[in-house]
Amino acid sequence: MNEQEPFCPNESRRSFLKKSTVITAVALTPAAAINAANNHWDEHIAAAIENVSLSVEINGTRHTMDIDPRTSLLDLLRENLHLTGTKKGCDYGQCGACTVHVNGERVLSCLTLAATTDGSKVTTIEGLANGDELHPMQAAFIKHDGFQCGYCTPGQIMSAVACIREGHASSRDQIREYMSGNICRCGAYPNIVDAIEEVQKGGQKV
Amino acid sequence: MNLFQYVRPAEQKTAIAAVAAEPTARFLGGGTNLLDLMKRHIMQPEKLVDVTRLPLKGITQQGNIIRIGALTRNTEIAEDKTILQNLPLLAMAINAGASAQIRNMATTGGNLLQRTRCPYFYDTAMPCNKREPGTGCGALEGFNRMHAIFGFSDKCIAVNPSDMNVALRALDATVVVNGPKGERKIPIADFHRLPGDTPEKDTNLDKNELITAVTIPISPFSKNAYYLKVRDRNSYAFALVSVAAALNMDGNTIKEARLAMGGVAHKPWRLTDAETFLKSKTATEENFQQAAQIAFQGAKAFKHNQYKLKLGPNTIVQALSVASGLKSV
Repeated sequence: MNEQEPFCPNESRRSFLKKSTVITAVALTPAAAINAANNHWDEHIAAAIENVSLSVEINGTRHTMDIDPRTSLLDLLRENLHLTGTKKGCDYGQCGACTVHVNGERVLSCLTLAATTDGSKVTTIEGLANGDELHPMQAAFIKHDGFQCGYCTPGQIMSAVACIREGHASSRDQIREYMSGNICRCGAYPNIVDAIEEVQKGGQKV
Repeated sequence: MNLFQYVRPAEQKTAIAAVAAEPTARFLGGGTNLLDLMKRHIMQPEKLVDVTRLPLKGITQQGNIIRIGALTRNTEIAEDKTILQNLPLLAMAINAGASAQIRNMATTGGNLLQRTRCPYFYDTAMPCNKREPGTGCGALEGFNRMHAIFGFSDKCIAVNPSDMNVALRALDATVVVNGPKGERKIPIADFHRLPGDTPEKDTNLDKNELITAVTIPISPFSKNAYYLKVRDRNSYAFALVSVAAALNMDGNTIKEARLAMGGVAHKPWRLTDAETFLKSKTATEENFQQAAQIAFQGAKAFKHNQYKLKLGPNTIVQALSVASGLKSV
């Protein structure tokens, strides 16, 4: 993780905007800009001031951009970068469909502000396969029918890979416990456990 | 989500000043509770001060005290060798909470500060004194199955959902905080509040104060400790009730006991009368049952949580039986 890169808004840009004639009407301070946006007076003005610069490596490719600070990592992936493999289930941290890896650890991208990932490495379901060759966990999910509708599957697979890497897949009970943050509405749980168990026992590098 | 300003200062002092500068500004840790509440417009800070890269991580031991940096993630604590060896109760409690993903994100300070809450706090169509002081409590006459049986008021009957906090309460932790007026140490017993007339305040932390660490004395309780959490499903659910039990044993005799409960009050609930009773007693089921009865004197249930008056004492007995070695898990 990039530990030492403080982010503070671009003061010169803010000073410039403060002086501009468009904005003097709202007596601009950051709080005033936010009030302006929250009251829908001029969201563009407020957003221009409060945007955050972000540089993040996603599946091996570095992306540098300015984003609205409200952007979740999930929305950044899906809406800004069109990586739609990561799914939005509940968007409140209850279902696990949005699970991705940040610096090698599984997290919920819906409750992660994209701005906080500045300098990090993110891996999504799109970054798991090696070209056309499926990741062993992807292959095992297919073999064991580890899904029905498939909506939770990217999150299940990202979580399953982390589960083995963490060393939390030594028994079926442990797999169930450490996969409990990924909900499957179709109830494919027994097959998901089969898939994870097989990959774990197979000893392949995940 | 309302628009907010995002800043990530490199220094603790700057971070505290940044929060102090705006009335609604908040520190951002793992964000697992704060962002959830912001998405629902229940909390609407105009500035988030990201503190996650401040050097407040890690677990160190100095003499008889273990210090956990406020930004240490829950997973790191639960898997740390020093913790597993000296404070297994804390690791057990943390692993009983949330999911692997959330434990990877959640910080120690953030877990302490997760809101005491109930479904009516989230439901903006219903009254809630915690969310909007003075509007009333939807849970009092509503669906109150998950709610408090100790220490509540007619303003709020929500419970603190943290498992970590229950273990910290049993282990006599201290919360170290820093703010514009300097550093201070808050005993865990005084950190969280009962609702009284101000349920909107969960803790005694000032708005501009940042939690920097939690310190816990290494106790003689490490070998005989157990955290038992009872919930609707086996994993990834809040407690109906939970019990942290830790015993300092001399053979079959209890030299000293520590007992705390989750899922029963607005704050992690310590059972001091039961602890006093257990001192110098033999570890028997009869004594544990008597301790549980003493612990539940004064408990009062609502329409839908009557079951807690039975489930609570039974869970205490079971937790003590496992902690003492009387029963296996």
